[in-house]
Amino acid sequence: MDILPILTTLRRHKITAFLVILEIALTCAIICNAVFLISQRIERIHMPSGVAEHELIQIELASIGAKADEFARAQEDLAAIRQIPGVTQVASVAQVPFGSSSNNAGIRIDPNQPKSMIDASTYYGENLIETYGARLIAGRNLRADDYRSMDAVMEGVRSGDTKLFPATAIITQSMAKRLWPDQDALGKSIYIGKIPLQVVGILENLVRPSIEDDSTANYSAVIPIKLAQGQYVIRTAPGDRERVLKIALEKLKQNNPHRIVVQKRTWDEIRGNFFQNDRSMTGLLIGVCVALLLVTALGIVGLGSFWVAQRRRMIGVRRALGATRHDILHYFQTENFLLATIGIALGMVLAYGINLFLMTKYELPRLPATYFPIGAIALWIIGQLAVLGPAMRASMVPPVVATRSV
Amino acid sequence: MFIHYVQLGFYSLRRNPVLTLLMVMSIGLGVAASMTTWSVFRVVSGNPLPDKSSQLFVPQLDNWGPNDIVKNGQPPNAVTYRDAMAFMQAHEAERQTALYPVRYAVTPERTGAEPFRVQGHAVFADFFPMFELPFRFGAGWSRADDDAHAGAVVISRQLNDRVFGGANSVGRSIHLGDHDFRITGVLDNWNPQPRFYDVSNHSAFGDQPDIFVPFNRAIDLHTQTNGNNACHENSAPGFEGWLHSECVWIAFWAELPDAAAQSRFRSFLEGYGAKQQQSGRFNWPPQAQMHNLQDWLDYTRVVPSETPVSLAVSAGFLLVCLVNAVGLMLAKFMRRAPEIGVRRALGATRQAIYAQFLAEATMVGLAGGLVGLAFTALGILAIGVVFEAAIARLAHFDLWLITLTVLTAIVATLIAAFYPAWRAAQVQPAWQLKSN
Repeated sequence: MDILPILTTLRRHKITAFLVILEIALTCAIICNAVFLISQRIERIHMPSGVAEHELIQIELASIGAKADEFARAQEDLAAIRQIPGVTQVASVAQVPFGSSSNNAGIRIDPNQPKSMIDASTYYGENLIETYGARLIAGRNLRADDYRSMDAVMEGVRSGDTKLFPATAIITQSMAKRLWPDQDALGKSIYIGKIPLQVVGILENLVRPSIEDDSTANYSAVIPIKLAQGQYVIRTAPGDRERVLKIALEKLKQNNPHRIVVQKRTWDEIRGNFFQNDRSMTGLLIGVCVALLLVTALGIVGLGSFWVAQRRRMIGVRRALGATRHDILHYFQTENFLLATIGIALGMVLAYGINLFLMTKYELPRLPATYFPIGAIALWIIGQLAVLGPAMRASMVPPVVATRSV
Repeated sequence: MFIHYVQLGFYSLRRNPVLTLLMVMSIGLGVAASMTTWSVFRVVSGNPLPDKSSQLFVPQLDNWGPNDIVKNGQPPNAVTYRDAMAFMQAHEAERQTALYPVRYAVTPERTGAEPFRVQGHAVFADFFPMFELPFRFGAGWSRADDDAHAGAVVISRQLNDRVFGGANSVGRSIHLGDHDFRITGVLDNWNPQPRFYDVSNHSAFGDQPDIFVPFNRAIDLHTQTNGNNACHENSAPGFEGWLHSECVWIAFWAELPDAAAQSRFRSFLEGYGAKQQQSGRFNWPPQAQMHNLQDWLDYTRVVPSETPVSLAVSAGFLLVCLVNAVGLMLAKFMRRAPEIGVRRALGATRQAIYAQFLAEATMVGLAGGLVGLAFTALGILAIGVVFEAAIARLAHFDLWLITLTVLTAIVATLIAAFYPAWRAAQVQPAWQLKSN
């Protein structure tokens, strides 16, 4: 198919052609950026946690009135939960990954550093790594003699007796890399305030409860402190979770009826809540993208029909001069392809511009070049599909039209 | 004449139904997308207290020093207990309150009823007039109650319904934790969004608070904060140790009605910071700054960054729809070139043609607006599926949104119609008549 006659025709319909091109360009620019935003959100929603995702249950209780001998009571609770058939691990914890409420500490690798190097989340609790199912990739797990009780730590703060503090910690791989980029972290010490903690193990991953910046999402340290805050995490087979949760609540109620259940949920729910906003945004953007492609397609159908109606005479003449139906169909398809291509080229430039704006205004990363073909292919396909109807109608115009006056 | 044009426009809508439908759908979709996102945007970025937002101030004090890595050189968003108390005692503002979130268990008097949890804030007496809380029964407690560390409480309408069956419970008491609190007032519905008075805690869009208790009483009862507690260094053990630490967990608000009061408070704040430095508490010159309510919401980035981005995407969407409408209208109007030629030949002026087609566009816009309304209603329903429940509950269909949807549709269509109508008015009567 010769392109030149198409261009000549288009030159006589500058405004209409320009509108189609503009529409395709705008759509292309928005689609490229929106698809990029969507993929970023999806990637964030699937952020790895490092825990046994589908096996965990969280129960949080609050006591009414005075609290006495919390530690012994927590042991009773733990023992009761451990007896439930199907429970593989249980721990008394202070925070859960993606659970929003968190303890954090500034970390130094030398007590004389004026500033802490990073801010890391601190996990406390016995049996925590086993319960969460975090994977140890180097060093050893925490041992019973590593642990100190929260009361002892508090006493240590009061008296300044450093023996009461724990002396070891397990940190995540990403935190270790950030603190000692080129060295093995095992055996080195991190400092919280002036308290040294020797790194005895490295975890593959353990995500923080609340994330300010995605690049530091895995800066977590597990510190051997025993606690009893009425918050329990239970590990069990995925299919047993509902049943175990129900029985556990009953048992806890038996142990001490004078408590309120503040939180009872599976870890999947925790993750769901945490990424609620990202999911909303993804849904909204996908909706807008679909609607946008639909509107663009409708526009092409409308203008295509208009063009075909305007050029009935011309089509009739061409048919009379020997053009086949296929030639006419092809003519309109090529015309659309041409317009779409110009629109897409313009759209790419626009997409880049929009991305630059978003980068400065909302600190988004640069749009990778791989997203440009996505927009291009989407619009080529939409354009061809939309023009098919009007083009078919054009190809049905009988040659006899040429001989009629309108 | 205008009425006649509108009628003509209405008839012409039915003349080529496919083109009309495409146009109306396109405008409807575009308007609906932008209105839906705008309704969310309006909720999350609205001014919660328009008449007072420039008079309510949050002071910040740099008690952690320049070496803190978390805050990037900005003072913390909350203040310590000692600073909050110093601000209260200085009484430099017309009204002022320190506040922090609390939760208690309520033990109902009826035997057999399960205890349940309530959440709210520990505040000073000025809180109620400062933030204009609506009362159903009674009122807040007095400043004298603050000074006497009285066990007073203001409860929400919901809690009153639940515990007292909606009766006037002022003067009765309610058992919170292990202590009785005397009810001085029952609120009417009050749940401003965002929860501007305490943005550093929890989500800024949350459930209605159940209770407000006197700050001093809550401290006496060693009530821990139910929100964020940020510490720079380990605090001394126990509640007392925490109170005297550099941990920040209290929001402080001052009502400063005019510029004089504001500058007076600012110099007080700077003087206070300098005094702390002299006394050796800080070894750096502390930054002291204050923001008014509206600036504070911007500063703390309460509005999720999702919303402006989605608003921008929707605006882009509307733009595409308009370009689309220009093209379709051009097609629709130019099809009628012969008719225009006849009218022009019979003496209609260009202005008359112009007016006729703009009137027709108004009809298209109106139809687009109505379709847009239906889509917006669907969109608002869909928000419930995709957005945080607390936000979704607030995005609703009201008269204002309906008016705005239809108006946007009409105005946008009119703008899109200028060029097609102009082209229609340029039709040469002679040429059209000849070719016929």
